[in-house]
Amino acid sequence: MKRLLRDRRAIFGAGVLIVVVAAALAAPLVSTGDAAAQPDIVATRFLAPLATDARGAIHPLGTDRFGRDVWTRLVYGARVSLGVGTLAVLLAIAIGLAVGAVAGYWRGPVRSVLLAFTDFVLALPRVVLLLLLATLWRPSAALVILVLGVTGWMSVARLVQGEVRALAARPFVEGALALGLSRARILWRHILPNALTPVIVAAALGIGNAIMLEAGLSFLGLGVQPPTPSWGNMIASGRDTLVNAPWVAAAPGIALVLVVVACTLLGDALQDALNPMQRLRR
Amino acid sequence: MLAGLARRASTGLAVVAGVVTLTFFLLRLAPGDPVALLVGPAATPAQIAAQRRVLELDRPLAVQYGAWLGRFARGEWGTSIATGRPVLALLAEAVPATLELVGLSLLLSYLLGVAVGAVQATAHRRVDTALSVATVTLFAVPGYWLGLMLVMVFTYWARALPAFGRAGLDSDFLSGGAWLADRLRHLVLPLTTLTLIGIGGAARFVRGAMLDVVGQPFVRTALAKGLAPFRVAQRHVARNALIPVVVLLGLSVPTLFSGAVFVEFVFAWPGVGRRLVEAVLARDYPVVMAATAVSAILVVVGNLVADALVGWIDPRIRHQTEAM
Repeated sequence: MKRLLRDRRAIFGAGVLIVVVAAALAAPLVSTGDAAAQPDIVATRFLAPLATDARGAIHPLGTDRFGRDVWTRLVYGARVSLGVGTLAVLLAIAIGLAVGAVAGYWRGPVRSVLLAFTDFVLALPRVVLLLLLATLWRPSAALVILVLGVTGWMSVARLVQGEVRALAARPFVEGALALGLSRARILWRHILPNALTPVIVAAALGIGNAIMLEAGLSFLGLGVQPPTPSWGNMIASGRDTLVNAPWVAAAPGIALVLVVVACTLLGDALQDALNPMQRLRR
Repeated sequence: MLAGLARRASTGLAVVAGVVTLTFFLLRLAPGDPVALLVGPAATPAQIAAQRRVLELDRPLAVQYGAWLGRFARGEWGTSIATGRPVLALLAEAVPATLELVGLSLLLSYLLGVAVGAVQATAHRRVDTALSVATVTLFAVPGYWLGLMLVMVFTYWARALPAFGRAGLDSDFLSGGAWLADRLRHLVLPLTTLTLIGIGGAARFVRGAMLDVVGQPFVRTALAKGLAPFRVAQRHVARNALIPVVVLLGLSVPTLFSGAVFVEFVFAWPGVGRRLVEAVLARDYPVVMAATAVSAILVVVGNLVADALVGWIDPRIRHQTEAM
């Protein structure tokens, strides 16, 4: 923890994430409060950033072609993008933990089958799989979470499998067995808690990736549907107005890059802090 | 080594077969009727049923699957429901465009990524930090957004480069140098977008691989026996760091292809990725299945090539697979 606090990457990453999460949570307080509001479509459309409209309201990031405030949509979009990304990663971790724990603890054909299946899914191009799954049902935030979770668990499963396998051979597990505890209880109470370390790093990196993919799907029109703002569908709507209102597409993209960079840096810093062996080699 | 490659190839074949099967059943199980989309909202139930019979969508799933597998193996990939054109012809046009874009950007992003990563691993700490910030940012930029920003600057503001397609409208009337120049001008923006993103990932990885090798005892030995640091970096460090880099080359083919899907969509680049997105949006089953299969094949072949390269560079791995 001390090491983490001295790591500039961790401070920057955590700082950006705290600010963005705070803005998303306090969205009604820091914005106009209504992401779909179109006060006056003629008078307030395509206002440049920092412009004031006829009624004296200031628009820090300008307005889009419907006269909607871009800053308001950005903070409400952060709720959607961060929420979807986090839930998708939680789902991926749950699946990965289950598959990895079972494959790591039960030897024999169960392990071989599960590992072969993991490798198979890992070999597929993820975006192709996402596109397929996302078009099967009516696009929605819930579908995006499901689809990202179902295509994102493989690396967690592999990591957990390795950890569980190594832990199962340790003396304290033998001791628990000798005490007469059931195998399921040993796995749940004694092995899994010790196997979580690499999962934390995978989660930090995974959230950034999931947010990026959610935005990609929404950009293609296969994810979160307008008028609900998500950073991806905001970029898509700004695509048509690149000439007269470039800020509509630029703002959500910059927010996206900042958050993904923050997640990556935090993940890297966590990796170094939790895995001192690797750092010693430097 | 050949036995190892053959084993890998059969695994690859299993992946492709798995993808094809998965695609087929997922698409059939999903709600949403391609026939209804095709004939339009004004069609009578009788017209829909007739169209369904023409497309053989009224037969049992297993029969459809068997028939489709047989035709797929023979290269009869059916006709696109949305455009009425043969799928094979549609994709045959698209594959060269994708190979051109993905192949060139793979080459460029690796050359530049290896250079940047190597500089980071050997240069002063300040330089390393600055370059790290740059590569992490590039790594985090979504391709379609970067593409849009480049279009904004170079097409709308500077009016210097075309933003859409692979060739200009007048390309059929151009010849020789003018034709080539037109093609290159259309290639610049999509290629730059894809390459910039690729550099981020490659440089991050190369830096890590080089730093791992620098700490090894044989590097200290080489330096201790008086070899010039540059020579050690070139002959001892780079050669060993190259192995994980080539492995990554194979692993990054799916990622790069995924990126290409978005970039092709934004730039209306007539490749497999754009065809796939269009077909998915129109529920054009035959095209979706074939495009998915083609992407799986491209990815599997990319991995195989990388495996072969690793065996060629590293004799230890070559002999390992022989022993197995």
